[in-house]
Amino acid sequence: MTGFREVQGDLAAQGYVASDDLAMALTLAVSLGRPLLLEGAAGVGKTEVARALAAVRETRLIRLQCYEGLDASQAIYEWNYQRQLLTIRAAAEDGETGQSVEARIFSRDFLLERPLLAAISQPVAPVLLIDEIDRADEEFEAYLLEILSDFQVTVPELGTLEAVTKPVVILTSNGTRDLSDALRRRCLYAFVDYPDRATELAILAARLPEVEARLAAQVVGFVQALRREELDKVPGVAEMLDFAAALTGLGIADLTRDPAVLQATLVTLLKTQEDRARVTTEVAQRLAGKAA
Amino acid sequence: MSRVTRFAGRDPGPAARVAGFLAHLRENGLRLGVAETGLCLRALEVSGAVTPDACRGALKAVCTGCRDEADRFDALFDAYWMDAGRVRQKVTPAAQTAGSEAIHSSRDAGGTAAGTGSMTAPEDGEDEAERDGTGKLIATRHRSLARRDLREVVQPDEIAEAEAVARRLGAALRDRRSRRRIAARKGDRLHFRKTIRRSLATGGEPLTLLKKRRPDRPRRIVALCDVSGSMSVYSRVFLAFLAGLMRADTEADAYLFHTRLVRITEALRDKDTMRAIGRMSLVADGFGGGSKIGPCLDQFARTHARRFVDGRSVVLVLSDGYDSAPPSDLGAALARLKKRGCRIVWLNPLKGWRDYAPVAGGMAAALPHLDLFAAAGTLADLAALEGELVGL
Repeated sequence: MTGFREVQGDLAAQGYVASDDLAMALTLAVSLGRPLLLEGAAGVGKTEVARALAAVRETRLIRLQCYEGLDASQAIYEWNYQRQLLTIRAAAEDGETGQSVEARIFSRDFLLERPLLAAISQPVAPVLLIDEIDRADEEFEAYLLEILSDFQVTVPELGTLEAVTKPVVILTSNGTRDLSDALRRRCLYAFVDYPDRATELAILAARLPEVEARLAAQVVGFVQALRREELDKVPGVAEMLDFAAALTGLGIADLTRDPAVLQATLVTLLKTQEDRARVTTEVAQRLAGKAA
Repeated sequence: MSRVTRFAGRDPGPAARVAGFLAHLRENGLRLGVAETGLCLRALEVSGAVTPDACRGALKAVCTGCRDEADRFDALFDAYWMDAGRVRQKVTPAAQTAGSEAIHSSRDAGGTAAGTGSMTAPEDGEDEAERDGTGKLIATRHRSLARRDLREVVQPDEIAEAEAVARRLGAALRDRRSRRRIAARKGDRLHFRKTIRRSLATGGEPLTLLKKRRPDRPRRIVALCDVSGSMSVYSRVFLAFLAGLMRADTEADAYLFHTRLVRITEALRDKDTMRAIGRMSLVADGFGGGSKIGPCLDQFARTHARRFVDGRSVVLVLSDGYDSAPPSDLGAALARLKKRGCRIVWLNPLKGWRDYAPVAGGMAAALPHLDLFAAAGTLADLAALEGELVGL
């Protein structure tokens, strides 16, 4: 059994800087075989955790992106109707008996695996990422509960398909609606917040090692200050990385030197028109000056 | 950092302590079952947590389920395990103290502590001053420090009545606007995929035609109730309405505001009606004080609304519009809220008065952002809104 410090170290080797709480929650999710529910604002790296974890465990990442109206045929399995129809037509011409055709068209070959079924039928336990579960309907959430507790899928024509291996399940939520208590109870929970200054510097160093220390400190200071401003859409970690990459790409070594360039590169951080209007050249300069 | 709690010598062991900790969490409102105790022990075992902080992290992952709980967990953990080296006599939950007994029971709060005073401030001071005097309704800036037991204000039979009203209003607000169609017995369109699938049974001839339709999607009601001094006459009705609403509609969301905004959804969901009101009076400390409508709504628009308000929400504001903050704040807050695509309904008890005109600065600033501005001072008024809400 590995402790959470090792998990933290492994994740860091993959370029993911995890807080103590998150590393502990991940360790428990893996060792207890419980799903882990991650909540937090958009852009704090919830999805990225799953990717890093899959890389650490050297296994596949299977991702199910939830949306309103997601149903079982999109999430679990579906019969390949076209192929079944063609097979029936071909069988009719060959004079094959009904029973043998039926046995053939309702076999695994004609089953289209969707993420949830794929996740439980891998030879090596994969990481299953159920992204933005709050966007899916309540009915789907209820169905998911069943799969998460039993790890089996029942196909009426085939019978029950047991899990070959139990995947490590990570659910993420942006909090667009309240999740049911039943789901919350079944999951371990971790809240992912915007990283503090030191953590964000570590993330930047891990992801973009080519950024010089001075610029990195300025970038992180600037973004941290920007998060305290009144914005509609607060820039996340991914935006910060884009911003740093943009500045390095343009060959800028000092944030405060050229206001015009800074203003132009803000497109990587501010994603609504109101926010753009709010962060004028003066505001940007003030924030950059403080960060420097 | 405080020192680790010392447990009494005759204590049964770590398992019992963890069980005691879970009981402690339950008493503090975290919803945990029996299975969680075992899970906690296993989590501590497998995580190899040896330091207090590692244990805190492990237990936090298991015991919490939402952000509020995660935020409160550290304090609860410290209270139990890091109790400044004090000796804890028994790990089994101690009998509740007399004060909290009243909060958790369904009996009407009675006696001396309930209404007349409080530990922090005598009630007769500022509270009285707001209500009598010149007879004008004035927005006040200061928080009332008086703790008022709301169970005095609201009675169970009123809640039952309000529940019926809330149920009807909820039904009136339901709309039929989903863009996606789902399979249904009586649908307006053919469900092509299902029909083809079914036709396999009849040799490719589509004998049974399956339909689909746009499902009814319930609207979520978000109610914000002003409980400042100027509204105290109406609080009885509105609180009963909120309590009824929360019982009738599992999707609804409720808030109180005076100088601060408090989310009372969780408190009101308690199955025991009077205990729910009791829990609400605990969180709604400052009841009957001043009002800062603009800042409270602004806070709502920035925090809770991001999670709970979308194009399917109807925001009900129950307030008289007497605001001690500048009217422009209120206008801006409502504009921000409106951007989330919700409908905003303002129910003002004063509108029922003869010759009422929305001249109070706050109300005038709010008007352009409202979808419906109506009078509501009694349950009957609320029930009468049904017709208007249907057309919204």
